[in-house]
Amino acid sequence: MQTVYTDFLVVGAGLAGERAAVEAAEAGFSVVCLSLVPARRSHSSAAQGGMQASLGNSVMGEGDCPDVHFADTVKGSDWGCDQEVARLFADAAPIEMRRLAHWGVPWNRVVPGKSIYYKGGKQYEKVEAKEKEGLIMARSFGGTAKWRTCYTSDGTGHAVMCTMDNRCAEKGVEVHDKTEAIALLQDGETCFGVVARCLRTGELRVYLSKATMIAAGGFGRIYPNTTNAVICDGGAHTMCVNTGVVPMGNMEAVQFHPTGIVPTDILVTEGCRGDGGTLLDVDEKRFMHVYEPEKAELASRDVVSRWMTHHMREGHGVKSPYGEHLWLDIRHLGEEHITGKLREVYEICTSFLGVDPIHQLIPVRPTQHYSMGGVRTNRDGAAYGLKGLFAAGEAACWDMHGFNRLGGNSLAETVVAGGIIGRKVAEYLEGCETEFKTGLINDEVGRQQARIDALISGANGSENVYKVRAAMQEALHKGANIFRTQEGLEKCVAELQEALIRAKKVGLRSNGKGVNPELAAALKLEGQVRLALMVAYGALMRTESRGSHNREDFPARNDRDWLTRTLAYWKKPEDTLPTLEYEPATTVVEIPPGDRGYGHSQIISADDRKE
Amino acid sequence: MSRLLKLNIFRYNPEDELSMPHMQEFVLEETDSMTLFIALNRIREEQDPSLQFDFCCRAGICGSCGMVINGRPGLACHTKTRDLPGEITLLPLPVFKLVGDLSVDTGTWFREMYTKTESWIHTKKIFDPTALEERMDNKDAVAIYELERCVECGCCIAACGTARLREDFLGAASLNRVARFLIDPRDERTEHDYYEIIGNDMGIFGCMGLLACEDVCPKHLPLQNQLGFLRRKMGITSLKRLFRK
Repeated sequence: MQTVYTDFLVVGAGLAGERAAVEAAEAGFSVVCLSLVPARRSHSSAAQGGMQASLGNSVMGEGDCPDVHFADTVKGSDWGCDQEVARLFADAAPIEMRRLAHWGVPWNRVVPGKSIYYKGGKQYEKVEAKEKEGLIMARSFGGTAKWRTCYTSDGTGHAVMCTMDNRCAEKGVEVHDKTEAIALLQDGETCFGVVARCLRTGELRVYLSKATMIAAGGFGRIYPNTTNAVICDGGAHTMCVNTGVVPMGNMEAVQFHPTGIVPTDILVTEGCRGDGGTLLDVDEKRFMHVYEPEKAELASRDVVSRWMTHHMREGHGVKSPYGEHLWLDIRHLGEEHITGKLREVYEICTSFLGVDPIHQLIPVRPTQHYSMGGVRTNRDGAAYGLKGLFAAGEAACWDMHGFNRLGGNSLAETVVAGGIIGRKVAEYLEGCETEFKTGLINDEVGRQQARIDALISGANGSENVYKVRAAMQEALHKGANIFRTQEGLEKCVAELQEALIRAKKVGLRSNGKGVNPELAAALKLEGQVRLALMVAYGALMRTESRGSHNREDFPARNDRDWLTRTLAYWKKPEDTLPTLEYEPATTVVEIPPGDRGYGHSQIISADDRKE
Repeated sequence: MSRLLKLNIFRYNPEDELSMPHMQEFVLEETDSMTLFIALNRIREEQDPSLQFDFCCRAGICGSCGMVINGRPGLACHTKTRDLPGEITLLPLPVFKLVGDLSVDTGTWFREMYTKTESWIHTKKIFDPTALEERMDNKDAVAIYELERCVECGCCIAACGTARLREDFLGAASLNRVARFLIDPRDERTEHDYYEIIGNDMGIFGCMGLLACEDVCPKHLPLQNQLGFLRRKMGITSLKRLFRK
């Protein structure tokens, strides 16, 4: 069996992982990134809209600064975030965008003079300043006070991913693509690498490292309807959960994006609404301004998704063979804008829907989109529970998003956090000595080989991996969606516990030889069901509504009892529920909890505690 | 009653000594808005769980799912079955190494390309975190992005006569990449430097002008224009060299 040694091992080669890799490589350390797919196919590349950074170059961004970005982020999080981390992020974002420009990102730039823009379907005029010509331009996004989202047409993720991967190639960062990490190597105190499966041959391989980072994106594929790529299946999270000592933070905080297209759930960017697109109901009437007079379509995603669902429940949805949906209207933006700044949207609509968005409405509905929860880390990106283990990007709960993330903040987080945490990893590596315990390594490899053999021989049973996976997805879809209730969540937890029993009895129908996709699915299934239980059980226990977590039976945001972050552990393999612990949402408070200016208004104040 | 689709799919698992390359037939009932992404996943989940194929974003953005669909390289995710006849033949992309069934190794091929073309900005300038960003004309930024939209699906390489004949041919995706850096004002390489990379039979002079690369490009990149652009640029460079001697 092949053993690969490196200073820094990154599981995932998207933007967060590669940004951290570059930082460590520039400090002189050897770095290997593992990736399920060639790096540029990472889900980061699918991000269309842009990255938030308070450069303030556009006339509509005048007066913007890190303080305003910080305030928007904290409000967006519904005060669920770590304010110290949000501050680190907002301060570093402008520098990071400029650095990306230096490395090669073709950001759209300020063109001076008059131009028109749309808001809420109405046309306005703006004049960009001559002295700002050629600086990085910004567009509008939901939940922000200023135009702050830097972009490259609507292929921002793709453009930045290309530049980052080029930088990795230049700096000698190795990317082992078609490689899947399946278990952490650790002794309960320190992590020293992973056991991985080669997706070219099916062989097991050992990677030993002084520092290991989980940067494998979200886990949206535990839901049946999601905008996430098929690789966003939580495989890397399951490795951490399975250790029993690494907690996941805020797993119940799941973001639903307002504009997934029907029926395929492919995302059309928030830039559509940022650039002036409107949401229409069955009568082709706008409705968001009725619920949110101030922000209308540009309230934060949790709020827009909730009102859309509410409006459909009130009988204003468009009936279709795939269930009800609403319309997104960008027709008034015109052909040049749609085929230029929204070209990916144009291509998605024409290729996947047979809809021409220049003349037709786009069918949309809220769809699972982003996991605010993930591997809980401190502000340096170090995971709780194991020394030498780090996490960054969507995979992590670092936690600048709290219970709702603003559009354009996740793509920005990947590179900003990747840079900050990459430097912390380099500092960690400076003085680091690690012992690689060969006995432990052999035991872990043996354990993984035994799991594989049992799945192939059907020693544990003959449950169908795809059927059990579907049962898990359905349970979450029904019980842990946009609106949640005690009854629904209890049922969801019970169904997931049943799925967990079945997941332990999976047996393959194929021979499992080589790069067997059924085996890959089976190896992570039990861990996925554990993740799903963390989502559902965490949501059941959290008796309040905050950001994306919306309890119909507890509609108020309860700062008195729930200004906390959930930590979910899977302490013993035979457990049937996660163990939940809580910690304060933030230790530093720059902005005390208050009204967001949009969304629900019921708040149980933290001050009530003192009375 | 919807159509019954007949899919003939190439099968071979190089890691299984009993496996022989062959075509296998699957029958599937067509549903509304069915794409090859939906069809292949249904076959794997319901009929043969060992079937290998690659998808990632399933939205035409990442380029994972290039394959030969009824004789033509294309992205399976945005190929709707209603645009195809009832009998569909699927083969893996040629040129790239086969991983199994419809899955090929594009990652290794493209990584080698980055190395050959030194696919990064070459500059002596050092980034100053305290300074304002360097200005750039928006037209330049838009022109660069236009070429950077390549998703590295490999369709242009698989459809290329020269690439099928000679392993060392850079191919349309690589020449497009070179053009992207050539027009980038931040890159300090000279035309002479670029000539060293592409001014030979492996580069611009290897193309036979069959034009298939541009025909099959799922992102509609102007690949032939780029080749023409590079040939003119490099032709001038080559002439200058002659007169200097």
